[in-house]
Amino acid sequence: MSSAEKPLLQVTGLRKRFGDNEVLRGIDLEVRRGQVVAIIGPSGSGKTTVLRSLNGLEVPDGGEIAIEPGLHLDFQYPLTDAHRYGLRDRSAMVFQNYNLFPHRTVLQNVTDAPIRVRGLPRAQAVAEAEALLARVGLAEKRDAYPYELSGGQQQRVGIVRALALKPELLLFDEPTSALDPELVGEVLQVIKELADEGWTMVIVTHEISFARQVADEVLFIDGGVVVERGAPKRILTDPQEERTARFLQRLLHPFDD
Amino acid sequence: MDIDWQLFADSFWPILVGGATGTIPLALSSFAIGLVIALGVALLRLSPLKPLRAVGWFYVSVIRGTPLLVQLFFIFYALPALGWVVPPWPSAILAFSLNVGGYAAEIIRAAILSVPQGQWEAGYTVGYSKAQTLWRVILPQAVRVAVPPLSNTFISLVKDTSLASVVLVTELFRVARQIATFSSEFVAIYLEAALIYWLFCLVLAWGQGRIERRLSRHVVR
Ligand SMILES: Nc1ncnc2c1ncn2[C@@H]1O[C@H](COP(=O)(O)OP(=O)(O)OP(=O)(O)O)[C@@H](O)[C@H]1O
Ligand SMILES: [Mg+2]
Repeated sequence: MSSAEKPLLQVTGLRKRFGDNEVLRGIDLEVRRGQVVAIIGPSGSGKTTVLRSLNGLEVPDGGEIAIEPGLHLDFQYPLTDAHRYGLRDRSAMVFQNYNLFPHRTVLQNVTDAPIRVRGLPRAQAVAEAEALLARVGLAEKRDAYPYELSGGQQQRVGIVRALALKPELLLFDEPTSALDPELVGEVLQVIKELADEGWTMVIVTHEISFARQVADEVLFIDGGVVVERGAPKRILTDPQEERTARFLQRLLHPFDD
Repeated sequence: MDIDWQLFADSFWPILVGGATGTIPLALSSFAIGLVIALGVALLRLSPLKPLRAVGWFYVSVIRGTPLLVQLFFIFYALPALGWVVPPWPSAILAFSLNVGGYAAEIIRAAILSVPQGQWEAGYTVGYSKAQTLWRVILPQAVRVAVPPLSNTFISLVKDTSLASVVLVTELFRVARQIATFSSEFVAIYLEAALIYWLFCLVLAWGQGRIERRLSRHVVR
């Protein structure tokens, strides 16, 4: 198979335990270039741990992660710093709590890593950051500090900070679940536009209707395994597995019994 | 009891000069070197490697578990006996730096731990190395937490430098002692020395307040 046909991301048999708690029990995941994969599942099922592993923030105990071309990690061997930087070079993470740098302005939050890590000339980094900020409607906030922004604005800066790294793979961990309900839309809108533009993304989310609109594939994870996967329409409206059905029932109708 | 106010007035300037040329430079240089030591020791204490943590723990334990005066005497009187003569000023700076290093290490360690774990991860995800994350993300935020207790350490240090008078460093208190011994006006002179230390500390406390207000600018209150 030539590398053009290979998926951008291929995860095989990912395993991770914290002490006695076996959190991932063999996760398989494949994401082709330009594809959007949504991960859903109950709290504690291991969704965040999968994303963190993809970004080198967590070291799995076993399994493989391949990002084509060229990055092949087999976790039966120790992870080196070069591997970690490799993962972070190819992917970028958007956090649930934004995790902006509070002592830096919006512009500095976005430009510092491209300048320091990617070696971009400052003028170019600033110009790119300004363009990205304008895209998400935050051009006039470039000199504000994070505490001066609403949650929705902070998360849009979080997304811009990730985009500025020009990753091949964008990772979102429940990007809207820390937001007030009226601010969710503005962030989902940005993510949807990125999907339309062809960015490759893995999104952990509880926003079912958003997943149905944006995702090419939905994975339902429970107890550290992928219980069910497939087209969003099928998984979300006609789940084959009992566990998926019960999860969706609880999520969509939390007060029914 | 009579206080010789003329002597009080005449000795104000010499004692103040002793403070300006002895106490202040001694405190400033020891504090600066001490902070560098403290950062190193704090990082040892936070290391994932047990032997390094043990070294850091041992250092802090020894420094905090022995009197500063004993540390000073050890460097000035005991090291020469081991064939290692250290003159007064370097002895004093060495002793005070090592001492500040032990106390400030714990302050810096706690301040680093007070920065949310998510900030480390945000640093890593944008591609910073561990050192870059520490330097560009964590320490600037830790400073805000560390400044109030570090200011207290500095104010203590300013007063502790009076101990240097016993290893022949000419500073505020040594000047005062010489005048007091020479004139036998102990009440006037030691009162005056105390007043001048207090003056220094008032100025420092004022500066501390300014720095703290400056550092809390970017924080949600
Ligand atoms: N650093 C850690 N140390 C110990 N246990 C951990 C650690 N990180 C996660 N876990 C445990 O691993 C399990 C999976 O956590 P994870 O955060 O991946 O779940 P999740 O699916 O993202 O849940 P949520 O929807 O609540 O975010 C949980 O039981 C959690 O307590
Ligand atoms: Mg999670």
